[in-house]
Amino acid sequence: MARFVLRRLLLLIPFLFLISVVSFAVIQLPPGNFVDTYVHNLELQGGSVNAGQRASVEAQYGLDKPVYVQYGLWVGHIAHGDFGNSFLYDRPVVDILKERVPRTVGIALAAMLLTWLIAVPIGIYSALRQYSIWDHLFTFISFVGLAVPGFLLALVLMYVVYEKTGWLVTGMFSPEYRAAPWSVAKFVDMMKNLWLPLMVLAVTSAAGVVRVLRASLLDEIKKQYVTTARSKGMPEWKLVMRYPVRIAINPLISTIGWMLPALVGGEVVVSKVLNIPTTGPVLLESILSQDMYLIGALVMILSALTVVGTLASDVLLAVLDPRIRYE
Amino acid sequence: MTDTATHYVNHRGAELLKHHRSARGRRQRQIEERLRDASQSRLVLARFTKHRLATASLILLIAMYAVALCADFVAPYDKLQRFGDAQYTAPTRVHLMDQQGKWHMPFIYETRNQLDPATFQYKQMVPDDAKRYSIKLFVKTPPYKLAGVIPLEHRLFGTEGRPMFLLGSDHLGRDLFSRLIHASRVSLLVGLGGVFLSFVLGVVLGGISGYFGGWVDSVIQRLIDFIISIPLIPLWMALSAAIPQGWSGIQTYFAITLILSLVGWTGLARVVRGKVMSLREEDYVTAARISSAGHLAIIRRHLLPGVTSFLVVHVTLAIPGMILGETTLSFLGLGIAAPDVSWGTLLQQAQDVTVVANYPWLLAPAAFLVFAVVLFNFVGDGLRDAADPYSH
Repeated sequence: MARFVLRRLLLLIPFLFLISVVSFAVIQLPPGNFVDTYVHNLELQGGSVNAGQRASVEAQYGLDKPVYVQYGLWVGHIAHGDFGNSFLYDRPVVDILKERVPRTVGIALAAMLLTWLIAVPIGIYSALRQYSIWDHLFTFISFVGLAVPGFLLALVLMYVVYEKTGWLVTGMFSPEYRAAPWSVAKFVDMMKNLWLPLMVLAVTSAAGVVRVLRASLLDEIKKQYVTTARSKGMPEWKLVMRYPVRIAINPLISTIGWMLPALVGGEVVVSKVLNIPTTGPVLLESILSQDMYLIGALVMILSALTVVGTLASDVLLAVLDPRIRYE
Repeated sequence: MTDTATHYVNHRGAELLKHHRSARGRRQRQIEERLRDASQSRLVLARFTKHRLATASLILLIAMYAVALCADFVAPYDKLQRFGDAQYTAPTRVHLMDQQGKWHMPFIYETRNQLDPATFQYKQMVPDDAKRYSIKLFVKTPPYKLAGVIPLEHRLFGTEGRPMFLLGSDHLGRDLFSRLIHASRVSLLVGLGGVFLSFVLGVVLGGISGYFGGWVDSVIQRLIDFIISIPLIPLWMALSAAIPQGWSGIQTYFAITLILSLVGWTGLARVVRGKVMSLREEDYVTAARISSAGHLAIIRRHLLPGVTSFLVVHVTLAIPGMILGETTLSFLGLGIAAPDVSWGTLLQQAQDVTVVANYPWLLAPAAFLVFAVVLFNFVGDGLRDAADPYSH
């Protein structure tokens, strides 16, 4: 067990390295370096920059050095908690990350729990009553669910709620709670606004989970030990819940591997549509104004957290299913 | 045997015999006989056409692609043509019966801005003495070039004297239906282009990984693990930031396709690797190796034909992902940009709920998008069942 966990942790090192390389490449990709953007922004505000000033800014960020040195400097700064500055918000990038990233993580995790709350009962029901009307209905809905992107569902639900009640679900808090300290009332207010994005994310990812659970439970209930238990007169409900469901649920933990990236990505788009102040709107704005340090940092943090989450799910699976760790 | 069981068996036997003698049974036997020594692709095709839903979906998809390719001919108007005084016009109703209860070929009524006596608001209404404008086939239009090559002066259908907005018009008075038809060209072809690129990457890298094994395999597999475990949408967004603003529509289109396929090849590579690994151990491959066939020849002649059917299935199921990816990027304003249109750029106008609430027809592109993706999923599912030799 310890060896398995250790191997997974070691794998984390090359993954994080690759993520930092990709994020750095993202910063480097657009034509011109970010001092060009900086100078351009200054000039738009009526300022001017001479060649000397320019060179000193470039030297400050190490832009006069070869690319790999620049990469080293960038990673070195990050190791000290310095992600550079954002032109767009005129703040250190790390401050923006501190404010926004926990919200994205919170929403993604909450959506994951909600996904299971929706998908597990449906999956079990579909498998136990295979080819019943409800099974066909759920299958059809999950087919459509796979075809509807999150932003579209958010848009349509927002429109329906607005049409029916005249209430615009947008943002994370009502104005009066925006600056207030945390309280029960503030939490209730937040849930009033967050139920829609959580539902959207959960519904779009539930479709895949239902298919996986249904398939694995169908395999399991055909096995002989189920017949044996049934012939010994075990109550059907207890029989299904105690053995096949527990085994069929295991693959769900491995679906975290693709669910988490999809949820984080989906959260980015859905919160843009619903105007929730998480990483989504910031990432989009930073991209539209080519605020490269902010883009790089966001891509890096979101990817790193997702990879850590995926590896954590691997370890969890090994804890729950002995067959995995002895492989 | 109990009475009921005997009865059942007799009944079943009689039924089988009846079926055997019937015309349908004879036809089925003929088909089975013909397929006995058919090629693998013929077998797959025969099994696929048994799936009604999948076959119907495939036909509809082909029709959609045909319409997309002939967009200039099928759409009544050009994608940029504005009708100055027709901003946010509600969908024009097509009538078959006039106000006197007489039947005609499809036609539209003229509408005028009139005071609604119930709500006291101005509304587009059909006046009592409204003129009829019939919808004609092959109407004459200003000359244009189909697909940029064939000069034409007619369009499939349209009206003369009064514009027709089948799905309403947008904030600049452009016909949404025509724009949708034009947009489907970009949106549907992005799927094909992206899948082609990820197909090449997936087959090459997956093939190498499965055939050679060892450390090459480990490296490629870890790379795939890595790509799968990072969130795609932020990465797509960041990469699209690198597309220069000044690029032409075609260049942007290829850049988007490239971005989508850079991460889309992983699933395909896994399938190819798995299949190649199992086929590699077959006797006929060993025989080829002993008779000193080269690596490339073995992969091309002996391994790839064995994985073709799985490739087709995966490619079909990968296209909708590409289409959704392009739509998401364009919706966020990071993909295809004006004057080019895709389903995503059309949906951009629907970002504001208050606008959608007033002009709900702006959501129409969403229906086309979901429809196309569902069709692809049905076809892919049918193909998977047909291609799997163990499913029957």
